[in-house]
Amino acid sequence: MANKFAVKQLSIFLENRRGRLLEVTKTLMDARINIRALSMAESAEFGILRLVVNNPEKARTALSSGGFTIREQDVFAVEVDDEPGGFYGVVKILAESDINIDYTYAFVGESKKAVLIFKVPEELLPKAVSAIEQGGIRLVEPIFFYS
Amino acid sequence: MWNNIECAPKEEIEALQLRRLKETARRVYHLVPFYRERFDEAGIKPGEIKSLEDLKRLPFTTKQDLRSHYPFGLFTVPMDQVVRIHSSSGTTGKPTVVGYTRHDMEVWKEVMARTMSMADVGPGDVCNNAYGYGLFTGGLGFHYGAEKVGAAVVPASGGFTKRQLLLMKDFGATVLCSTPSFALHMAEVARDEGYDPRSDFNLRVGFFGAEPASQGLRDALSDAWDILYIEAYGLSEIIGPGVAAGCPHGNLHVFEDHFIPEVIDPDTGEVLPYGEEGELVFTTVTKQALPIIRYRTRDITRLHQEPCPCGRTMVFMDSVKGRSDDMLIVNGVNVFPSQVEHVLTKMEGITPNYVIIVDKKGVLDKLEVWVEVDENIFADGLGALEELKRRLQNEMLNELYINVRVKLVEPKTLERSMGKAKRIIDKREAEGM
Repeated sequence: MANKFAVKQLSIFLENRRGRLLEVTKTLMDARINIRALSMAESAEFGILRLVVNNPEKARTALSSGGFTIREQDVFAVEVDDEPGGFYGVVKILAESDINIDYTYAFVGESKKAVLIFKVPEELLPKAVSAIEQGGIRLVEPIFFYS
Repeated sequence: MWNNIECAPKEEIEALQLRRLKETARRVYHLVPFYRERFDEAGIKPGEIKSLEDLKRLPFTTKQDLRSHYPFGLFTVPMDQVVRIHSSSGTTGKPTVVGYTRHDMEVWKEVMARTMSMADVGPGDVCNNAYGYGLFTGGLGFHYGAEKVGAAVVPASGGFTKRQLLLMKDFGATVLCSTPSFALHMAEVARDEGYDPRSDFNLRVGFFGAEPASQGLRDALSDAWDILYIEAYGLSEIIGPGVAAGCPHGNLHVFEDHFIPEVIDPDTGEVLPYGEEGELVFTTVTKQALPIIRYRTRDITRLHQEPCPCGRTMVFMDSVKGRSDDMLIVNGVNVFPSQVEHVLTKMEGITPNYVIIVDKKGVLDKLEVWVEVDENIFADGLGALEELKRRLQNEMLNELYINVRVKLVEPKTLERSMGKAKRIIDKREAEGM
């Protein structure tokens, strides 16, 4: 059963080849998908583009038919004050709960807030979410991204 | 010349072939159910062989037949007569196993002695044997040949290039036995080490085989080491190296008193006349443990019977330029696409789309396998993908015995034609290899 704070993230496999990112972004634009958050990881040969978009289903369909390899995963997002120690507070809770962070990325939200996105091992997501809740940090509901 | 039979009149050789062919046909017919069935299907009995012309009525044997009778199903002697077993690296299924009796070993030494005698190798020569020792027939085949003619053999085997160069120099090696690509690699390393391969070594001749070599590569090798280039041709199913050898005039003579060659149309099986290109087929007529009737080598070549200035009367063949199926020879090692596919399937439980790319890096072949990352194997993490790549590379090394570089690519990167993916891109072909 999906956690109510689980946000759908799309990971796209990309070869490090000129023009590939252009094609992904054009595919999304043509499907009128709005990218809400993104991060890019790369090795020498290939990269992974991770996106949170306003309509994951539609994005997925558009990318699949565009020939991209995609994987859909659950992540969660928290909102913290945009000031020193904001990130620390969240990481500390996860560390104390013995939850390994696969990766994380962030963007600046509205009015002095920052939104942090976390990917943790799938089976640990409910535990992570409840630890965050108990730690008094605000979780961001998926609807924030999807609208 | 090692043996006068090599320059005997044609009639004498043919009489010997016929007598031996009859014996071999009787032997396999009565001792191996597989051959009896095939002969019966073809409607011929060993007793009906009256001339060499009748050879074309006998059934073909294929590599698949050898595999189907793994390991010893086609042997015609009990195991207490077998003194040696060799095996080729297998494809997805079983490896090919070959056996030798004491007599077969003598035949092998004999034909290898003839090979070495192409350049008058003998007592006083120091022979650095860089063919791999082991299940591969190359190492031991040359070892016995060099020993038989009285040369001092240095069983260097493959690899350890710098040390091998040092020993070649210090021992004053006069003969080098190697795959062409390794010999060229050695020359490059020698230069890097500050040697002049042409003058700092005592080499006078090299025996090269186990992989196709273009005229350009031969010339380059001859020139790099300032040596005579002698080609050695063979395959383990027939005996190993020693099936044919190049004379100083560059003609690759088949030792046809032991191995009768034919060239056939690979599609129809029809025997082609001298001078026409087709698939090479061998019938062994002196082997005991594993005689083989009309073995389809899948090597494409032509046979010639013109007189040769070296005096040998035995037919000669063109250097083999390609195989009639999709087998690749990479640095002397046989590689089948099916082996690569096997690894992918075994590792992931699925068969992703892939392509094999063979190219030259310097003088050595390099093999790359491009694997399409589809939804089944796409793990969301660089670490996981790098790990997948590493595992595939390790497994391919275990399976293929060569280093493979795996590259993960996006789907649809790989060209598909008529629904069937092109599995092999051999960039070496551009250089005439």
